[in-house]
Amino acid sequence: MSYVDAGAHHAPQTFITKYVWSQDHKVIAVQYASTAILVGLIGLVLSNLMRLQIGFPGQFAFINAERYYQFVTMHGMIMVIYLLTALFLGGFGNYLIPLMVGARDMVFPYMNMLSFWVYLLSVLVLIASFFVPGGPTGAGWTLYPPQAILPGTPGFEGGIVLMLVSLLIFIVATTMGGLNYVTTVLQARCEGMTLLRMPLAVWGIFVATILALLAFPALFVSGVMMLLDKTLHTSFFMPALVSLGQATDYKGGSPLLFQHLFWFFGHPEVYIVALPAFGIVSDLISVHARKAIFGYRTMVWAIVVIGGLSFVVWAHHMFVSGMNPWFGFFFATSTLIIAVPTAIKVYNWVLTLWRGDLHLTVPMLFTLAFILTFLSGGLTGLFLGNVSVDIPLSGTYFVVAHFHMVMGVAPLLVVFGGIYHWFPKVTGRMLDDRLGKFHFWVTFIGTYLIYFPMHYLGVLGMPRRYYNYENYQFIPASAHTLNAFITVVALTVGAAQLVYVYNLVWSTFRGRRADGNPWRAASLEWATPNTPPVHGNWGPRLPVVHRWAYAYSVPGAPQDFIAQDAPLEAGGQEPEPPARPREVPT
Amino acid sequence: MLIALALLVIVVASVLFHLVTPWWTTPLASNWKQMDDTLAITLAITGLFFVVINLFVAYTVWRFRHRKGQRAAYEPENKRLERWLIGVTTVGIVGLLAPGLAVYADYVRPPADALLLEIVGQQWQWRFRLTGASGKLGGSDARFVSGSNPLGLDPADPAGQDNIIVLGNEVHLPLGHPVKVLMRSHDVLHDFFVPQFRARMNIVPGQVSSFWFTPTQPGRYESMCAQLCGVGHPNMRGFVVVEDDAAFQAWLKQQPTFAATLAAAAPAGAGTAGGSLAAQGRSLAQTKGCVACHTVDGSPGVGPTWKGLFGKTETLVGGSTALVDEAYLKDFIRNPKARAVKGFAQVMPQIELTDDELAALVSYIKSNGKPS
Repeated sequence: MSYVDAGAHHAPQTFITKYVWSQDHKVIAVQYASTAILVGLIGLVLSNLMRLQIGFPGQFAFINAERYYQFVTMHGMIMVIYLLTALFLGGFGNYLIPLMVGARDMVFPYMNMLSFWVYLLSVLVLIASFFVPGGPTGAGWTLYPPQAILPGTPGFEGGIVLMLVSLLIFIVATTMGGLNYVTTVLQARCEGMTLLRMPLAVWGIFVATILALLAFPALFVSGVMMLLDKTLHTSFFMPALVSLGQATDYKGGSPLLFQHLFWFFGHPEVYIVALPAFGIVSDLISVHARKAIFGYRTMVWAIVVIGGLSFVVWAHHMFVSGMNPWFGFFFATSTLIIAVPTAIKVYNWVLTLWRGDLHLTVPMLFTLAFILTFLSGGLTGLFLGNVSVDIPLSGTYFVVAHFHMVMGVAPLLVVFGGIYHWFPKVTGRMLDDRLGKFHFWVTFIGTYLIYFPMHYLGVLGMPRRYYNYENYQFIPASAHTLNAFITVVALTVGAAQLVYVYNLVWSTFRGRRADGNPWRAASLEWATPNTPPVHGNWGPRLPVVHRWAYAYSVPGAPQDFIAQDAPLEAGGQEPEPPARPREVPT
Repeated sequence: MLIALALLVIVVASVLFHLVTPWWTTPLASNWKQMDDTLAITLAITGLFFVVINLFVAYTVWRFRHRKGQRAAYEPENKRLERWLIGVTTVGIVGLLAPGLAVYADYVRPPADALLLEIVGQQWQWRFRLTGASGKLGGSDARFVSGSNPLGLDPADPAGQDNIIVLGNEVHLPLGHPVKVLMRSHDVLHDFFVPQFRARMNIVPGQVSSFWFTPTQPGRYESMCAQLCGVGHPNMRGFVVVEDDAAFQAWLKQQPTFAATLAAAAPAGAGTAGGSLAAQGRSLAQTKGCVACHTVDGSPGVGPTWKGLFGKTETLVGGSTALVDEAYLKDFIRNPKARAVKGFAQVMPQIELTDDELAALVSYIKSNGKPS
């Protein structure tokens, strides 16, 4: 195929084409990941600032109510969209897909490059909103109208406009990247790499990308409509209003329409973040437990079924929104059904560990922490998904604790584990182990200490998004003490991330040199002729795959893994290999 | 190894924490004991899964940690086991969902004899309306909202004339009688949340949302807004007093009907004397939401109390001082961000006012007395 040759013939020559305007998926992946991590650090600082106010209300004069809501909003949006979505799809997706399916690059390298630069533009527009009059929007990351565009909400002047514009730009970037990832998975797999031989990391990213392509348009149109409501005074989401005593010219719109559109995007978004994490963690477990992933095909189907179901559960975010309450029956049922394939994934991770040969490396530690954290966050989802249990808990700190566990901390633990795991392939050097373990323990224990007790404040009835809780009878003084404790832990966890960043930078230049396959993994990305892989990935000949990616501890094999591209005679085929292997062209 | 111990400790500590926690549901004060029951069922089932799975992982990590010469088993699939696990999980899910939906079926069907209570949320205060003798609530629309008609009721609708209007942030309810709550807003989203009642719903401008509950314990309960509604969100507080029927009826009698509030407002609206300027200001303070942050009884609020404010010398952030006179007040209301008063967060939004309205408002603030 022509693009294969093109990749080989157009190796970049100058520093600019190699590292800046690069069309190489590996460079773009690092660009995406670095940008996401940098913007994520801003999100982290914002979260610590808001925790200062919650833990020690009034002690920090510069955190007034307006700033508090701006911090809350920007923290949420940065973490969900600009960090996690960008990092999993643009970072991990870009790096892993071509290497794991045996391609020389993404099928549309130029569009891939554009995707990053457009993403960077969206980040810059987002950051710019901190510097416009009125500051960034403080409408909450859900940006619910009418308040998002009305006086009384911080940043209603310019901040909300830049926020929406930034999201629209981000969606353009994600769409360009997403089309690439999907097409590459479907069209550029090497010989022998059937869909059911792909590592679960690719499956997770692949299905998440399809979700992104289907879900982001809902956010896009709602963003455009809100911009029109804000700037041209259309009334998509705006009914007749009296804003702070002032009659407006809006009439006839529906705020609930926005919520439906937002969550039609927003719920799949949870899985856009979670599915890559599911996939990556499956691979980490298998490699570091030296054991074939348990129930591979079930895992693939679980990813696909979860992805499909994620489009019919959105209104569980809206049980008390004022929508027709009869919808609650349907959405509670569909939501709890999702728990079945999700639970299967957890069982299969755990059963992969069972009778394994567990190497407690840093990636493995993060994996184990992920299982506990995800289990915790997933189980509390059963509270919130079950409509009558949700009613008193909705909008409280229980929700905050739940979603931070399930789609904040859990995916981030996978991000960390994944970076510790693939860092030697990306840079040719190992991350420092001692710093890694320090970072692991503070992050894992710290986040649990932050979020586990937080559920209880929610059961008590403490609402989220409160600047302060002065003089509430039902909130005992001990709850304020707990909040101060949580803040102290949050600051500690925040500081530990600097150790991580230091480790990344230091190890990139000074880390111990890694060989091509330090974890003795079977999947294809470890079989590149060079480490780090050069442009075109594979040298003169593309690899040929003869088995799945999980041939670990195969009885009778000389080593405890058989690489995917080892000769057919090495054995270790998947449980039901394709009946007739495709012919290898000469 | 440490990780196996850590997992064990986390599980044990979490269970212990749950047993001794001082933070749990507030004492129930409504009929929704079923919601607490479904919470308990959910906690029991999910707690069991949490403990069993994590202890299993902890044991597995300890038992199968890498040792020299160890080799993992090769068992890529076990269809029988997977089917069993799917079955057990499905049973657990049904065990959660069935009671949950049964309770919800009650939640979506309010009793036919329920008392109607309308709650109107406004940035950042509550107002209430109850039915009068006719038992009906009259129509409403945002275009009717004015200083003398803050609920936006249709003055031409005969059904609304006898409606009982509660302009304060406190409403009373009779003990043991089901209440169907109808909720409206003329500005942004709100949510009327009394933790002790469990039941709640968002308030959405442009439509009426509703829920129902029966108060079962007498008392004075705090209500708060639980849907972000702007900078004043945490100040949007109210009270629900639950009392026996006799006390409720006595309270109800003291509240004006809609017709009465209209009649009372008419001369004030027409008047131009100095006294009514302050009255106009008072009604503006209500409609523009000023009263959410500024009290007139001296009690602390988000902003300075208006009692004795006029003529006072305020200390500004940075140490300088300023005399609160008409010019100061007008300038502050026009440009709330221009200066910060020491001890208060700089959160006041810029509110559009005509010059006449501004004069009326300042006159009202002035009428709340000089510093003593």
